[in-house]
Amino acid sequence: MEAYLDNAATTKPFPEVSVIMQETMEVNYGNPSSMHQKGIDAEKYIRNARHIIAKSLKAEEKEIIFTSGGTEANNQALIGTALANKRKGKHIITTKMEHASVYNPLLFLESQGFRISFISVDQNGKIDINELLNEICDDTILISIMYVNNEIGAVQDIEKIGSLIKGKNKDILFHVDAIQAYGKFNIYPKRLHIDLLSVSGHKIHGPKGIGFLYVKDKTKIFPYIYGGGQQNGMRSGTENVPGIAGMGKAVEQIYEDHPKKQETLYQLKKYFIEQLQKIDGTFVNGISEIPLKETAPHIVSVTFDGIRSEVLLHALEEKGVYVSSGSACSSNHPALSGTLQAIGLNKNALESTLRFSFSINTTTEELDYTIASLQELLPVLRKYIRR
Amino acid sequence: MLYKAFLIKYAEIGIKGKNRYIFENALCSQIKTALSKVEGSFHVTKEMGRIYVEALEEYDYEETVDALKCIFGIIAICPVKIVESTEWDTIAKETTEYIEKVYSTREFTFKVAAKRGNKNYPKTSPQICMDMGEVILNTFPEMKVDIHNPDVVITIEIRSKTYIYSVIIPGLGGLPVGTGGKAMVLLSGGIDSPVSSYMIAKRGVQVEAVYFHAPPYTSERAKQKVIDLASKVAKYAGTIKLHVVNFTDIQMYIYDQCPHDQLTIIMKRYMVKIAETLAEKDGCMGLVTGESIGQVASQTMQSMAVIEEACNMPIYRPVIAFDKQDIVNIADKIGTYEISIQPYEDCCTTFVAKHPVTKPTLTSILKSEVHLEEKIEELYQKAIDTVEVILVEANN
Repeated sequence: MEAYLDNAATTKPFPEVSVIMQETMEVNYGNPSSMHQKGIDAEKYIRNARHIIAKSLKAEEKEIIFTSGGTEANNQALIGTALANKRKGKHIITTKMEHASVYNPLLFLESQGFRISFISVDQNGKIDINELLNEICDDTILISIMYVNNEIGAVQDIEKIGSLIKGKNKDILFHVDAIQAYGKFNIYPKRLHIDLLSVSGHKIHGPKGIGFLYVKDKTKIFPYIYGGGQQNGMRSGTENVPGIAGMGKAVEQIYEDHPKKQETLYQLKKYFIEQLQKIDGTFVNGISEIPLKETAPHIVSVTFDGIRSEVLLHALEEKGVYVSSGSACSSNHPALSGTLQAIGLNKNALESTLRFSFSINTTTEELDYTIASLQELLPVLRKYIRR
Repeated sequence: MLYKAFLIKYAEIGIKGKNRYIFENALCSQIKTALSKVEGSFHVTKEMGRIYVEALEEYDYEETVDALKCIFGIIAICPVKIVESTEWDTIAKETTEYIEKVYSTREFTFKVAAKRGNKNYPKTSPQICMDMGEVILNTFPEMKVDIHNPDVVITIEIRSKTYIYSVIIPGLGGLPVGTGGKAMVLLSGGIDSPVSSYMIAKRGVQVEAVYFHAPPYTSERAKQKVIDLASKVAKYAGTIKLHVVNFTDIQMYIYDQCPHDQLTIIMKRYMVKIAETLAEKDGCMGLVTGESIGQVASQTMQSMAVIEEACNMPIYRPVIAFDKQDIVNIADKIGTYEISIQPYEDCCTTFVAKHPVTKPTLTSILKSEVHLEEKIEELYQKAIDTVEVILVEANN
């Protein structure tokens, strides 16, 4: 049996996604900027995807910029607004548990003379809103906060944060990295006071290499990539028609009958946690004394006492169970997870934590199989620990 | 959710006489249509000279207000808090709670207005005003009463339930679409004609549109642009029936037979003729254009007079005396501007002469049109017969 429980790393594209992408390659392969009919036919896929995405956000079509993925969306959002607003101020606020694609652009900006404040989070990964408000000063131009944390599934109260920020100074731009949140929650940027919102295609059963950035109309932002002036000059480069069409299809599917999909994920999560808690020496991170509904429906972070996560990961892999240690995106380099440190895990726990993440394709059987595998593996692995 | 209902205020309809119900019913039906696209379900009622929209379940507040803000005929939208009880202490408590929630700072002057649907209520309206004023002043000492010129009027309406409201969201004004007949707009893809469509619709006129497509001189994208523009206007005017006329043959024929500097004028004469034929078929009572005096050669008074002579229907020109910037401002507001400035050629600019006539005379134009007699009837009929009809709905 196989259990793919690494859906926060990437998801399997919906069948409809590959169908439409194939169509854009075999039939409507034109350049969407071409004047002729082939171009217009290709452009239709973009128009359509833009329409579906705008609708899912209750936003306007012109507020969507297609990017090469979540990383570019985050870079575009942060660097594009920081440079465009640097005369107003050079202070940016973020949290201590952002993804590398937010953290590193901010470090770059820091090297260019911007000042960055990092807000702490509690054991569940919730930010300290008072600390955030206290950090806001006259030259704060941008606040970037992750909607759903990719490692432990912590969810921030974005609406409350947004309204408090705007209540203090409505000119401060509010960026939200929603890469793990979009498709899991209904996100309406206007209602949440969001100016910029990053999304990735392959986390929602779409293709890789595509994402988008929502930019609220009239937001002051510079392009990040220059060239032929596509997408109203905001993102040059011939549009990735297959990617855009595929992502549009994925959005359409994921938001169809959405409450039911969300409930299914929460049921899976609840069930999995219940089963885990029956196993000795396991601790589920980020769910202490808060309702499950205040955490992401698809991520479970578990610390296994006395086990090195990498060893357990590979042992599970032999059983056909695929998971991540920390988060897949940062696992290429051996540095310890920023999120897990930020929520206060000690060094031993940091090295002993695995992430299980679900999708709407995940079944209870897969979870049962995973639990059984853990029950079999844990006692054996614990015998051979490094002393 | 704080607000469970909306009170809809309408201005001009209120002064109508015996046919007032026609306007009210039209407005109710416009509201129902607009809200059918919004998350949530609503009950729209007409009572005591007003329209109430009540939310029957959880709904999307912003979306609802945005939808109501696009309906012509509404002068103001008041979000209403409904209190199930009419018992005085409950009303007093709910009213102060309401003020606390709605106004974060309360350094303003106010007065209380009361309406009693239930005339058996133990307090009279002036009593309600005074007593509630007292309750409010006791709770929020920073607020001050000003009977004559208050910043905020807090209305308490007591019927079988109690309705509290004070926030006024301005609407667009105008008259409900459909109460003013129907007209055919000549939609070009420029900045002015969508604004004209919007403005005539604001006076309650239902609009249809005609677009003159001249492939290969105008591209498919130019046509798409017109559809996009119609879609923006449809947000206010309702679904628009767009007639796409293939104008290439007529245009080329005029180009072959007539003096070049008269091309635009003669072309426009045929456009209004075709538009008139289509308009008559669909029961439209007039044509609408985006012309504004002196903007281009074909929009001088002389030119417009010569163009107008080609048809019998009245031509309405809502932006006739507007400066370009004023038109742009409206275009910006209704979201058509950024579509209009996309750089696709329309059929008027394709063959335009370097120095078109600005003061044509009817005699000279008619003289030129004699050269068209041989084939124009046939081409004209063909253009009418091959019209493509697209029903353009509001986006989203």
